[in-house]
Amino acid sequence: MPAKRIIPCLDVMDGRTVKGVRFVDLREAGDPVELGAKYSRDGADELVYLDITASHEGRKTFAELVRKVAARLNIPFTVGGGINELADVDRLLNAGADKVSVNSAALRRPELIDEIASNYGVQVCVVAIDARCEDNGEWRCYLNGGRIPTERGLFEWAAEAQSRGAGEILFTSMNHDGVRTGYANEALARLASALSIPVIASGGAGAMEHFRDAFAKGEAEAALAAGVFHFGEISIKDLKQYLHNEGINVRL
Amino acid sequence: MKIAIIKYNAGNICSVDYALRRFGIEPVITSDPEEIGGADKVIFPGVGHAGATMLHLRQLGLDRTILSLRQPVLGICLGMQLLCRHSSEGDVDCLGVFDVEVDRFIPQSHADKVPHIGWNVLKDVKTKLFDAEIEGRHVYFVHSYFVPLNPHTAATTSHIHPFSAALSKDNFYATQFHPEKSGDTGERILKNFLHL
Repeated sequence: MPAKRIIPCLDVMDGRTVKGVRFVDLREAGDPVELGAKYSRDGADELVYLDITASHEGRKTFAELVRKVAARLNIPFTVGGGINELADVDRLLNAGADKVSVNSAALRRPELIDEIASNYGVQVCVVAIDARCEDNGEWRCYLNGGRIPTERGLFEWAAEAQSRGAGEILFTSMNHDGVRTGYANEALARLASALSIPVIASGGAGAMEHFRDAFAKGEAEAALAAGVFHFGEISIKDLKQYLHNEGINVRL
Repeated sequence: MKIAIIKYNAGNICSVDYALRRFGIEPVITSDPEEIGGADKVIFPGVGHAGATMLHLRQLGLDRTILSLRQPVLGICLGMQLLCRHSSEGDVDCLGVFDVEVDRFIPQSHADKVPHIGWNVLKDVKTKLFDAEIEGRHVYFVHSYFVPLNPHTAATTSHIHPFSAALSKDNFYATQFHPEKSGDTGERILKNFLHL
C-alpha cells in the first residue's frame, strides 16, 4: 500500500504571493516557489497550488508560476482554480503540473471530466468537491468556493465523477473548513468505502491528531491543509514523525 | 554527454527535462530516429494510454528505433509498460523488450484504491540503477496498470499484491515509478542512470 500523503495547499494571488502565510523564519514567505520548496524539504508528499486570481492577466502569471515550480521541485504537484475547459488543462500540464483539480466547471459541465481523462489519463484528473452537511443531514455540493448551492448530493456526485474518469476526489467539508476541530471523518469513511479511487481529505485540520483521525477513521489516502502549515503551528516533519509513532504508514 | 528524451504523444515529458536541467544537463527532446540513435543515453518517459501511444510510436517509426538502441535506455512509467510484450490497456502489442504482460490492478477490497497513487517502498533492488542506499526508500507512483514479477524484475513494491517497480535487461532499464518526482531518492536513481 502506498504511504498516506500530507499535502499543503497554497492559495496563489496573481501568480506571485501565497495568501495567509505567517512564517517568521522564511524571508520570502509569500513566494509560492520558495514556500513550496520549504514544504518539500520538510517532507510534504505533494503540493496543491490554487489560483485564486480572477483576472485574465493573473491567469497567465499563474502558468508562469507553474513552470517555475516544475523547474524547482522534485515532488508532484496539482494545480487548480479557474480551470473551465480542456485548453486550460493543456496549458497547465504543458507548463509542468502533474495533475489538475477541477471543481465548479465539472459540476456545471460533467463531460469536462471525461474529456480530461480521455485526453490525458485519469491520473491527472482530481475532482474537487466543496460540500456542506445541511440541517436535514444531507451532504450538498456547492459551486464557486461554497457560495452557490446545487441540487447535487456529495456521494452521488463523487460516484459520477469516478465513473466519468476522476483519478482522485478532493473533498472539502464546508462545515469543518477553518473551524480546526478535525476533518469530516464520517463522510470521508463513507466516501472511501463507496469509491475505488483515492480520497483526499480537506477542511478542519487544527492539530496533529486530526490528521491521524482522517487516516484511521476517515480512511482517507491523503490529507490536505493550509493554515496550520502556513502559520507554522504544525511542522510537516513533526507531523509525519507523530503519524509514524501512531502507526500510520507515512514516508519519513 | 548527450541525453535524448523521446518525444511522442504521451504526457508529462517536460518533468524529466526539468529534472535533468536541475543537474545542469540540457537534454534534447526529439522524435528524430537519428538524433535518438546518436545519444549517449536515451530516456523514454510518459504517461498516457498504452494503446494510443503504441499506435503513434509505430506511425513515427520509433518502435524500430527504440529496439535498435544499444546505449543505456531508461523507460519511465508508461515508457516501462510499452517496453513489455503486451498491454491489456487497449489490448495492444508493445515493444517486447521485456517478455511480460501488463495487467490492470483489480481491487480486492474497498481499501485497495486504483490508480495506485503516492509514495511506496522499493524492495529487492538489483542492477546499477539502484545502490544499497535505495533499498527501503519511498518513490512516487501513479498508474492503474502494472507489470507482474518476472525474471527481469529489478525492484519490487506492493499494492494489492507485489509487482515490478523496475525492470532491467541488457541495456534496457525501466521504472514504474517517477524518479523525476521522487525527491532525493529519485534524483539519486536518475544520477545512477546517467553514470552507467
